[in-house]
Amino acid sequence: MMIQDTVSETNKFRFVYLIKPRDFSNAGDASANVKAELQKHGIEPDVIRRVSIICFEAEMNIVLYTKGGKLIVEVDDQKVDILALDKGPGIEDIELVMTPGYSTAPEWALEYGFGAGMGLPNIKNNSDVFEIESEVGKGTIVHSIVYRRKNEIKGNN
Amino acid sequence: MKLEEVARVIDGKILIGEEKKDLEIDKAYAADLLSDVLALTEESTTLITGTVSPQVIRVAEILNIPAIIFVRGKKPTQKILDYAKEAGIPIIATNKTMFETCGILYSNGVRPCRNRPATNIHDDSRYCE
Ligand SMILES: Nc1ncnc2c1ncn2[C@@H]1O[C@H](COP(=O)(O)OP(=O)(O)OP(=O)(O)O)[C@@H](O)[C@H]1O
Ligand SMILES: [Mg+2]
Repeated sequence: MMIQDTVSETNKFRFVYLIKPRDFSNAGDASANVKAELQKHGIEPDVIRRVSIICFEAEMNIVLYTKGGKLIVEVDDQKVDILALDKGPGIEDIELVMTPGYSTAPEWALEYGFGAGMGLPNIKNNSDVFEIESEVGKGTIVHSIVYRRKNEIKGNN
Repeated sequence: MKLEEVARVIDGKILIGEEKKDLEIDKAYAADLLSDVLALTEESTTLITGTVSPQVIRVAEILNIPAIIFVRGKKPTQKILDYAKEAGIPIIATNKTMFETCGILYSNGVRPCRNRPATNIHDDSRYCE
Protein backbone atom coordinates (compact mmCIF):
# COMPACT_ATOMS: atom_id res chain seq x y z
CA MET A 1 0.00 0.00 0.00
CA MET A 2 2.70 2.48 0.97
CA ILE A 3 4.91 2.68 -2.10
CA GLN A 4 7.62 4.98 -0.86
CA ASP A 5 9.17 6.18 2.33
CA THR A 6 12.02 8.45 1.48
CA VAL A 7 14.09 10.49 3.87
CA SER A 8 15.47 13.13 1.58
CA GLU A 9 16.89 15.40 4.26
CA THR A 10 17.41 14.77 7.95
CA ASN A 11 14.26 16.46 9.15
CA LYS A 12 12.04 15.81 6.20
CA PHE A 13 10.12 12.70 5.30
CA ARG A 14 7.50 11.69 2.81
CA PHE A 15 4.86 8.97 2.48
CA VAL A 16 3.09 8.01 -0.72
CA TYR A 17 0.01 5.79 -0.88
CA LEU A 18 -1.83 4.42 -3.89
CA ILE A 19 -5.59 4.59 -3.33
CA LYS A 20 -7.75 2.11 -5.22
CA PRO A 21 -11.28 2.99 -6.29
CA ARG A 22 -14.27 1.27 -4.56
CA ASP A 23 -11.93 -0.74 -2.36
CA PHE A 24 -13.88 -0.73 0.87
CA SER A 25 -12.02 -3.51 2.62
CA ASN A 26 -8.86 -1.37 2.77
CA ALA A 27 -10.31 2.12 2.65
CA GLY A 28 -8.99 4.15 5.54
CA ASP A 29 -5.82 2.09 5.91
CA ALA A 30 -3.62 4.77 4.33
CA SER A 31 -4.84 7.37 6.83
CA ALA A 32 -4.38 4.96 9.73
CA ASN A 33 -0.83 4.36 8.51
CA VAL A 34 -0.17 8.12 8.24
CA LYS A 35 -1.24 8.51 11.86
CA ALA A 36 1.00 5.65 13.02
CA GLU A 37 4.00 7.04 11.12
CA LEU A 38 3.52 10.58 12.46
CA GLN A 39 3.29 9.19 15.99
CA LYS A 40 6.50 7.26 15.42
CA HIS A 41 8.20 10.49 14.37
CA GLY A 42 6.99 12.33 17.46
CA ILE A 43 4.75 14.86 15.70
CA GLU A 44 2.48 16.97 17.97
CA PRO A 45 -0.82 15.16 18.83
CA ASP A 46 -2.99 18.07 17.67
CA VAL A 47 -1.20 18.16 14.32
CA ILE A 48 -1.58 14.39 13.96
CA ARG A 49 -5.29 14.61 14.64
CA ARG A 50 -5.86 17.30 12.02
CA VAL A 51 -3.66 15.61 9.42
CA SER A 52 -5.39 12.26 10.02
CA ILE A 53 -8.84 13.79 9.53
CA ILE A 54 -7.71 15.49 6.31
CA CYS A 55 -6.12 12.28 4.98
CA PHE A 56 -9.14 10.14 5.86
CA GLU A 57 -11.65 12.44 4.16
CA ALA A 58 -9.45 12.82 1.08
CA GLU A 59 -8.75 9.09 0.91
CA MET A 60 -12.45 8.22 1.17
CA ASN A 61 -13.37 10.69 -1.57
CA ILE A 62 -10.82 9.06 -3.88
CA VAL A 63 -12.26 5.62 -3.04
CA LEU A 64 -15.88 6.71 -3.49
CA TYR A 65 -15.86 9.09 -6.43
CA THR A 66 -12.79 8.57 -8.60
CA LYS A 67 -10.92 6.14 -10.80
CA GLY A 68 -8.20 5.98 -8.16
CA GLY A 69 -5.39 8.21 -7.04
CA LYS A 70 -2.59 8.97 -4.66
CA LEU A 71 -2.12 10.43 -1.23
CA ILE A 72 1.21 12.14 -0.59
CA VAL A 73 2.17 13.34 2.89
CA GLU A 74 5.33 15.37 3.43
CA VAL A 75 6.56 16.36 6.86
CA ASP A 76 9.26 18.82 7.88
CA ASP A 77 10.06 20.94 10.94
CA GLN A 78 7.53 23.60 10.02
CA LYS A 79 4.56 21.78 8.55
CA VAL A 80 2.77 18.76 7.21
CA ASP A 81 1.90 19.01 3.54
CA ILE A 82 -0.88 16.77 2.20
CA LEU A 83 -1.59 16.24 -1.48
CA ALA A 84 -4.50 14.10 -2.70
CA LEU A 85 -4.48 13.52 -6.45
CA ASP A 86 -6.92 11.50 -8.53
CA LYS A 87 -7.43 10.40 -12.10
CA GLY A 88 -10.89 11.87 -12.54
CA PRO A 89 -13.73 12.35 -13.36
CA GLY A 90 -13.01 15.82 -11.95
CA ILE A 91 -15.38 18.33 -10.36
CA GLU A 92 -17.50 20.73 -12.39
CA ASP A 93 -18.62 23.16 -9.68
CA ILE A 94 -16.12 23.52 -6.83
CA GLU A 95 -18.27 25.96 -4.85
CA LEU A 96 -21.16 23.50 -4.89
CA VAL A 97 -19.15 20.51 -3.63
CA MET A 98 -17.63 22.67 -0.89
CA THR A 99 -21.12 23.44 0.49
CA PRO A 100 -21.59 21.67 3.84
CA GLY A 101 -24.21 18.95 3.36
CA TYR A 102 -23.86 18.64 -0.42
CA SER A 103 -23.31 15.02 -1.40
CA THR A 104 -23.75 12.74 -4.39
CA ALA A 105 -22.80 9.64 -2.38
CA PRO A 106 -24.68 6.55 -3.62
CA GLU A 107 -27.18 4.82 -1.32
CA TRP A 108 -24.80 1.94 -0.52
CA ALA A 109 -22.12 4.35 0.74
CA LEU A 110 -24.47 5.47 3.52
CA GLU A 111 -24.30 1.93 4.94
CA TYR A 112 -20.60 2.44 5.47
CA GLY A 113 -21.16 5.84 7.07
CA PHE A 114 -20.49 8.15 4.12
CA GLY A 115 -22.54 10.86 2.46
CA ALA A 116 -22.89 13.60 5.09
CA GLY A 117 -21.47 16.06 2.60
CA MET A 118 -19.01 17.17 5.29
CA GLY A 119 -15.78 15.66 4.00
CA LEU A 120 -14.42 18.62 2.02
CA PRO A 121 -15.62 21.16 4.64
CA ASN A 122 -13.86 19.03 7.29
CA ILE A 123 -10.66 19.08 5.24
CA LYS A 124 -10.87 22.86 4.90
CA ASN A 125 -11.62 23.42 8.59
CA ASN A 126 -8.62 21.36 9.67
CA SER A 127 -6.19 22.96 7.21
CA ASP A 128 -4.12 26.12 7.67
CA VAL A 129 -3.78 26.32 3.88
CA PHE A 130 -6.41 24.70 1.65
CA GLU A 131 -6.53 24.56 -2.13
CA ILE A 132 -8.66 22.53 -4.48
CA GLU A 133 -8.18 22.40 -8.22
CA SER A 134 -10.03 20.29 -10.71
CA GLU A 135 -10.37 19.69 -14.40
CA VAL A 136 -13.37 17.75 -15.69
CA GLY A 137 -12.22 14.64 -17.53
CA LYS A 138 -8.76 14.84 -15.94
CA GLY A 139 -8.85 14.83 -12.18
CA THR A 140 -8.78 16.71 -8.91
CA ILE A 141 -6.00 17.96 -6.64
CA VAL A 142 -6.72 18.68 -2.99
CA HIS A 143 -3.81 20.39 -1.24
CA SER A 144 -3.64 21.06 2.49
CA ILE A 145 -0.98 22.37 4.85
CA VAL A 146 -1.05 22.00 8.61
CA TYR A 147 1.56 24.09 10.44
CA ARG A 148 3.38 22.72 13.44
CA ARG A 149 2.93 25.98 15.38
CA LYS A 150 4.58 24.94 18.62
CA ASN A 151 7.75 24.15 16.74
CA GLU A 152 7.60 27.47 14.93
CA ILE A 153 7.41 29.33 18.24
CA LYS A 154 10.32 27.31 19.59
CA GLY A 155 12.29 28.11 16.44
CA ASN A 156 11.68 31.84 16.87
CA ASN A 157 12.97 31.94 20.44
CA MET B 1 -20.05 5.67 34.72
CA LYS B 2 -17.96 2.60 33.99
CA LEU B 3 -18.01 0.72 30.67
CA GLU B 4 -19.51 -2.29 32.41
CA GLU B 5 -22.39 -0.21 33.84
CA VAL B 6 -22.97 1.41 30.44
CA ALA B 7 -23.43 -2.05 28.92
CA ARG B 8 -25.78 -3.05 31.74
CA VAL B 9 -28.12 -0.02 31.64
CA ILE B 10 -28.64 -0.26 27.88
CA ASP B 11 -29.07 -4.07 27.93
CA GLY B 12 -25.93 -4.32 25.87
CA LYS B 13 -23.11 -6.79 25.52
CA ILE B 14 -19.40 -6.05 25.62
CA LEU B 15 -18.11 -7.72 22.44
CA ILE B 16 -14.53 -6.50 22.72
CA GLY B 17 -12.62 -5.07 25.65
CA GLU B 18 -13.97 -7.00 28.64
CA GLU B 19 -10.62 -6.20 30.29
CA LYS B 20 -11.46 -2.50 30.09
CA LYS B 21 -14.76 -2.85 31.96
CA ASP B 22 -13.68 -0.22 34.50
CA LEU B 23 -13.05 2.41 31.81
CA GLU B 24 -14.79 5.67 32.78
CA ILE B 25 -17.35 6.89 30.19
CA ASP B 26 -18.33 10.52 30.85
CA LYS B 27 -18.83 12.03 27.37
CA ALA B 28 -20.56 10.68 24.27
CA TYR B 29 -21.45 11.69 20.73
CA ALA B 30 -24.06 9.97 18.55
CA ALA B 31 -24.10 9.89 14.74
CA ASP B 32 -24.37 7.47 11.84
CA LEU B 33 -22.34 9.46 9.33
CA LEU B 34 -18.59 9.46 9.83
CA SER B 35 -17.90 12.99 8.63
CA ASP B 36 -20.29 14.25 11.29
CA VAL B 37 -18.27 12.29 13.82
CA LEU B 38 -15.01 13.72 12.45
CA ALA B 39 -16.42 17.25 12.49
CA LEU B 40 -17.61 17.35 16.08
CA THR B 41 -16.13 14.68 18.30
CA GLU B 42 -13.52 15.87 20.76
CA GLU B 43 -10.90 13.71 22.47
CA SER B 44 -12.05 10.98 24.87
CA THR B 45 -15.64 10.98 23.66
CA THR B 46 -17.43 7.65 23.31
CA LEU B 47 -19.14 7.05 19.95
CA ILE B 48 -22.75 5.84 19.72
CA THR B 49 -23.56 4.74 16.16
CA GLY B 50 -25.79 2.54 14.02
CA THR B 51 -23.15 2.30 11.30
CA VAL B 52 -21.08 -0.86 11.27
CA SER B 53 -18.17 -0.71 8.83
CA PRO B 54 -14.39 -1.07 9.15
CA GLN B 55 -14.16 2.69 8.59
CA VAL B 56 -15.95 3.34 11.90
CA ILE B 57 -12.95 1.81 13.67
CA ARG B 58 -10.56 3.86 11.51
CA VAL B 59 -12.36 7.04 12.55
CA ALA B 60 -12.30 5.95 16.19
CA GLU B 61 -8.53 5.46 15.92
CA ILE B 62 -8.05 8.89 14.36
CA LEU B 63 -10.03 10.63 17.10
CA ASN B 64 -8.77 8.53 20.04
CA ILE B 65 -12.32 7.44 20.76
CA PRO B 66 -12.20 5.36 23.96
CA ALA B 67 -15.20 3.08 23.20
CA ILE B 68 -17.89 2.43 20.56
CA ILE B 69 -21.54 1.51 21.17
CA PHE B 70 -23.33 -0.08 18.19
CA VAL B 71 -27.10 0.47 18.44
CA ARG B 72 -30.24 -0.96 16.75
CA GLY B 73 -28.98 -4.55 16.96
CA LYS B 74 -26.34 -3.95 14.28
CA LYS B 75 -23.85 -6.81 14.27
CA PRO B 76 -20.24 -5.96 13.49
CA THR B 77 -18.42 -8.55 11.36
CA GLN B 78 -15.48 -10.49 12.73
CA LYS B 79 -13.16 -8.30 10.67
CA ILE B 80 -14.51 -5.17 12.35
CA LEU B 81 -14.11 -6.77 15.78
CA ASP B 82 -10.54 -7.75 14.92
CA TYR B 83 -9.79 -4.17 13.89
CA ALA B 84 -11.22 -2.91 17.19
CA LYS B 85 -9.22 -5.42 19.19
CA GLU B 86 -6.05 -4.43 17.37
CA ALA B 87 -6.78 -0.75 18.05
CA GLY B 88 -7.62 -1.48 21.69
CA ILE B 89 -11.10 0.01 21.40
CA PRO B 90 -13.87 -1.67 23.43
CA ILE B 91 -17.13 -2.44 21.59
CA ILE B 92 -20.62 -2.66 23.12
CA ALA B 93 -23.65 -3.78 21.09
CA THR B 94 -27.28 -3.13 22.06
CA ASN B 95 -30.69 -3.77 20.50
CA LYS B 96 -31.91 -0.38 21.69
CA THR B 97 -32.36 2.53 19.28
CA MET B 98 -29.96 5.45 19.15
CA PHE B 99 -32.53 7.70 20.87
CA GLU B 100 -33.12 5.26 23.73
CA THR B 101 -29.42 4.60 24.18
CA CYS B 102 -28.64 8.31 24.36
CA GLY B 103 -31.57 8.96 26.71
CA ILE B 104 -30.55 6.26 29.14
CA LEU B 105 -26.90 7.30 29.18
CA TYR B 106 -27.79 10.98 29.58
CA SER B 107 -30.04 10.23 32.53
CA ASN B 108 -27.10 8.34 34.03
CA GLY B 109 -24.86 11.39 33.84
CA VAL B 110 -23.09 10.92 30.50
CA ARG B 111 -22.79 14.32 28.78
CA PRO B 112 -22.25 15.68 25.23
CA CYS B 113 -18.83 16.86 24.07
CA ARG B 114 -18.45 20.62 23.87
CA ASN B 115 -17.60 21.03 20.20
CA ARG B 116 -20.16 22.89 18.16
CA PRO B 117 -20.65 23.05 14.37
CA ALA B 118 -18.77 25.63 12.35
CA THR B 119 -22.04 26.74 10.74
CA ASN B 120 -24.58 28.30 13.06
CA ILE B 121 -28.38 28.48 12.67
CA HIS B 122 -28.38 31.69 14.70
CA ASP B 123 -26.36 33.45 11.97
CA ASP B 124 -28.84 32.51 9.26
CA SER B 125 -31.74 34.73 8.23
CA ARG B 126 -33.73 31.69 7.05
CA TYR B 127 -34.45 30.85 10.67
CA CYS B 128 -36.97 33.10 12.47
CA GLU B 129 -36.15 34.70 15.77
N1 LIG C 1 -12.02 13.72 -5.66
C1 LIG C 1 -13.28 13.94 -6.09
N2 LIG C 1 -13.58 13.78 -7.41
C2 LIG C 1 -14.83 14.00 -7.86
N3 LIG C 1 -15.85 14.39 -7.08
C3 LIG C 1 -15.63 14.56 -5.77
C4 LIG C 1 -14.33 14.35 -5.20
N4 LIG C 1 -14.38 14.63 -3.87
C5 LIG C 1 -15.65 14.99 -3.64
N5 LIG C 1 -16.41 14.95 -4.75
C6 LIG C 1 -17.83 15.34 -4.86
O1 LIG C 1 -18.10 16.31 -3.87
C7 LIG C 1 -19.17 15.88 -3.02
C8 LIG C 1 -18.93 16.39 -1.62
O2 LIG C 1 -17.78 15.75 -1.06
P1 LIG C 1 -17.61 15.67 0.51
O3 LIG C 1 -16.41 14.86 0.82
O4 LIG C 1 -17.67 17.04 1.07
O5 LIG C 1 -18.93 14.91 0.99
P2 LIG C 1 -19.35 13.38 0.72
O6 LIG C 1 -18.15 12.58 0.33
O7 LIG C 1 -20.49 13.37 -0.21
O8 LIG C 1 -19.84 12.94 2.15
P3 LIG C 1 -18.90 12.71 3.45
O9 LIG C 1 -17.50 13.08 3.06
O10 LIG C 1 -19.45 13.62 4.48
O11 LIG C 1 -19.05 11.26 3.78
C9 LIG C 1 -19.21 14.38 -3.17
O12 LIG C 1 -20.48 13.84 -2.88
C10 LIG C 1 -18.81 14.21 -4.65
O13 LIG C 1 -19.93 14.44 -5.47
MG1 LIG D 1 -16.34 12.75 1.41
